[in-house]
Amino acid sequence: MSKDLFRMTLKEAAGFLSSPENFSALHKSLTDRAGAVDAKVKAYTQLNHDGKDFLAKTPRNGKPLWGVPVSVKENICTHGWETTCSSKILKGYIPPYDATVIRKLRDQGAFLFAKCNMDEFAFGSSSETSAFHPTFNPWDLERVPGGSSGGSAACVAADEAICALGSDTGGSVRQPASLCGVVGMKPTYGRVSRFGLIAFGSSLDQIGPLTKNVEDNAILLGAIAGHDPLDSTSANVPVPDYTKSLVKDVKGLRIGLPKDYFISGIDPEVEAAVREAAKVYEQLGATIKEISLPHTKYGVAVYYVVATAEASSNLARFDGVQYGFRYPTDNLLDMYVETRDQGFGQEAKRRILLGTFVLSAGYYDAYYLRAQKVRTLIKQDFENAFKEVDVILCPTSPSTAFKVGEKMNDPLSMYLSDIYTISSNLAGVPALSVPCGFDSKGLPIGFQLMGKYFDEPTMYRAAYSYEQTMHWYERKPKL
Amino acid sequence: MSLEKYEPVIGLEVHVQLQTKSKIFCSCSTKFGAEANTQTCPICLGLPGSLPVLNEQALYYGIKAGIALNCHIAERLKFDRKNYFYPDLPKAYQISQFDMPVAYRGWLMIETKDGNKKIGITRAHLEEDAGKLIHEGIKDASVVDYNRCGTPLLEIVSEPDLRTPEDAYEYLTTLKAILEYLEVSDCNMDEGSLRCDANVSIRLRGAEKFGTKAEIKNLNSFKAVAKSIQYEIERQAEVLESGERVIQETRLWNDEKGQTISMRSKEEAHDYRYFPEPDLVPFTISRQRVEEIRKTLPELPQAREERFLRDYKLSNYDAHVLVSDKKHADYFEQAIRAGADPKKVSNWLTSELFGLLNTRKETLDTCKVSAKALSGLIQLIDKQVISGKIAKEVLPIMVETGKDPETIVKEKGLVQVTDTKFLEDIAKKIIEVNPKSVADFKSGKTAAIGFLVGQMMKETKGKANPALANQILEQQLKKS
Amino acid sequence: MQVDIVKVAQLARIKLKDAEKVKLQKDLNSILDYVAQLNELDTKNVEPTSHVLNLENVYRKDDVKNWPIRDEVLKYAPLTADGKYFKVPKVIEGE
Repeated sequence: MSKDLFRMTLKEAAGFLSSPENFSALHKSLTDRAGAVDAKVKAYTQLNHDGKDFLAKTPRNGKPLWGVPVSVKENICTHGWETTCSSKILKGYIPPYDATVIRKLRDQGAFLFAKCNMDEFAFGSSSETSAFHPTFNPWDLERVPGGSSGGSAACVAADEAICALGSDTGGSVRQPASLCGVVGMKPTYGRVSRFGLIAFGSSLDQIGPLTKNVEDNAILLGAIAGHDPLDSTSANVPVPDYTKSLVKDVKGLRIGLPKDYFISGIDPEVEAAVREAAKVYEQLGATIKEISLPHTKYGVAVYYVVATAEASSNLARFDGVQYGFRYPTDNLLDMYVETRDQGFGQEAKRRILLGTFVLSAGYYDAYYLRAQKVRTLIKQDFENAFKEVDVILCPTSPSTAFKVGEKMNDPLSMYLSDIYTISSNLAGVPALSVPCGFDSKGLPIGFQLMGKYFDEPTMYRAAYSYEQTMHWYERKPKL
Repeated sequence: MSLEKYEPVIGLEVHVQLQTKSKIFCSCSTKFGAEANTQTCPICLGLPGSLPVLNEQALYYGIKAGIALNCHIAERLKFDRKNYFYPDLPKAYQISQFDMPVAYRGWLMIETKDGNKKIGITRAHLEEDAGKLIHEGIKDASVVDYNRCGTPLLEIVSEPDLRTPEDAYEYLTTLKAILEYLEVSDCNMDEGSLRCDANVSIRLRGAEKFGTKAEIKNLNSFKAVAKSIQYEIERQAEVLESGERVIQETRLWNDEKGQTISMRSKEEAHDYRYFPEPDLVPFTISRQRVEEIRKTLPELPQAREERFLRDYKLSNYDAHVLVSDKKHADYFEQAIRAGADPKKVSNWLTSELFGLLNTRKETLDTCKVSAKALSGLIQLIDKQVISGKIAKEVLPIMVETGKDPETIVKEKGLVQVTDTKFLEDIAKKIIEVNPKSVADFKSGKTAAIGFLVGQMMKETKGKANPALANQILEQQLKKS
Repeated sequence: MQVDIVKVAQLARIKLKDAEKVKLQKDLNSILDYVAQLNELDTKNVEPTSHVLNLENVYRKDDVKNWPIRDEVLKYAPLTADGKYFKVPKVIEGE
């Protein structure tokens, strides 16, 4: 057996895991790999060393994902396993229940291998706001892996994971996937249950898979998608077999290139790579059409009103009463204000305060209501575009991985790095980041495919066709 | 001080717990009295990651109550978050309804001494109850029990159409009766399933503008509502008379002291930042559905009262008293169905049985006397098996033991004596030992016969049929 | 836009150090200045979007299901009492 078991894809691992011995071998290989590289990458907050316990509790019984190690973002609740959102305020919080996606994975035999670092409460695009430590980009350890699911993307890129789950509120799966050179999907809003995902922006959040290739992504999404009676916003739409979409055929596929996305501020190397990808699609038989999503430029403004408003309310429950950190005092008001002062980091405070402000008396109409109206216009942009094209192709991020610390003191410029990913959350449409080359510094570039509601199959087909033509996934970071 | 120059303006906010089996947004039981925090789950504890799903029965009850309160029923409704921090509110927001309540613009009719009065209902909206803070017996701390958290509430807000404490009392009695008839709430104030806040202001009679209101909280009974309003009217009048201004504030009613006390709260801090609850989708209610529900509404108190007046010829007072509690009215009609005369049932129920239950601190719920048994007792009198007097001795035994009246009458040998020969013998004996009364009777003082009948009853331990005893005595007197 | 950071922090129950107040006020003001570009758009006749999917009427049945987690939750709670309560600093009613 190869000593590089940790390099396996999900598909390969599922095939390999035919016995407890093979599970133990893979578990050991991954653990060793994490031991070797995670001191540098720092993708993980916690590792599961208890393979014996898993084997004792999980008979194989034909479970399709039996033994497959899955790494999970710190904001997805795992029964009996600390879930902190990489925040001091949730230190020591051990959920008494599994998120629906975790329950589904466990039911299918998966092994929860690790918890992945993230920006505190998913507030960030660089994984630097974690209360524990920053995560670093496996391609260049002086650079960020993106965020907020930076740990989930970095662990997959560094081959210290087989696959991972992240969450995406404004690009938090796709942007780090792009910056780390892996495949990351934000499914249609309502496609995957949010039950057990610690909420940031409830009307925007989706859990999504981060994987080494498109096929793995399709398998993992299939494993977690579906209607959940515990989530009122989960859609009662049948889940197709996404692996059936993995065909190399885009003949006749209409691909839109939104002119509003190729504007000043975009890194020329990123633009060139995405335009090059469009050419590849044309050669494969797709038609490329220029389209317009005219309200794109308002996306960031709308997002930072809507997402922070929801977050300010969602994070109000972290008050020290029932769980997590509590500032010791016998004064009730002090318990609140000190717990929340000491428990939250700077970016969390900034967003909670912004969200509180836009909902407050006298400002609701001017900010929150107006933003929800412009959100309608953004949604209509997509509805109009999808009358003409099947998928939309654009960059995932305006630049490749930036240096650690580079944007930490300028929140607005950090927010603007989400400009291409935010709109699909606001509209609820699915979006997928796929590696499409490297810049002159050797950093990965990703393109983004956006699709119609629940049309993940078409996106997977398009992504697979490109991936199997270009094979970018063959290149690995040197660690 | 003259209160006459001021007109009180009163509005009430009533919270009723809807009697669903499970909570409004999760499947935990709503049963009262369980051990602390045992009826909780990640959802009602507001644990991170949990999400609400609406209990359809709670919405159904809301619609049902809305229809009965003559409200418009929303075609489209949504839920909103009301954000504030308090240890009994685990998510630090309450899921409530802000601008699209399930029911709005309705009314209910109350009976006052000046006739019927229509009281506007501003709105009725669904929301989740909070947990319970306990302070007693704990030093320097409070503890929280979240069992109540997530129990469905319907908040019913009246227009400021009430003018007197009596109006307020009557409004609450009427509202409670309606909700009980609908079987949407058990309205048990002791267990907190019905709670009330009162908004009170006063203005000079004839003035158009409302005065500044105070909101009174901590009202534990309808009597407390009336008393606190009376107190507040007087307090505000005193404030105005002394040339000062009433301040808008929340005041707590202290039942022992009979006073409202200012909470001196930081009112400016109240900014609930309502916004649409993103975790719940909107709801639509078709007009067809409203009509279907309307058809299933039971007879409501006012209609029942009219029927009682018409069909049973009860007095206004008795009819009102009986229907204002559904259980009383149901009991009353069961007794009638078992064969007794309505007016007699009404009398025996309201003056005798309730009297006995009252002294025993019992209610019809715990009462051992079934409606059928009470009916049986009344029918024993009608059939002259026992006298009314004996019946009054039998009823307490029924209340005590739960035995049916026939058994008691048999066991105690209380059957009325109708044996003519036996009564004749007693009459002769009475005439013999009471020559003075006999002489009085014969000299025209007919009232003397009353005394002689009384003696006969005494002799028979009350078991003689009074009419028969009277008749036989007269016969014997003529013969003597 | 000038945000009253003290008032907002009060509403959000976060104590801020003085230096933080200055910094966060500045940050918020500049973000809100950026957000002000939304005023360019005429939204008078536009309906707000709270939900992207047109889902409606999602209910559950009124069935009781126990999900006993009390002891597990209390085990990790900051302060408890009698093995059945969450304990908090004294609450003065009306505060």
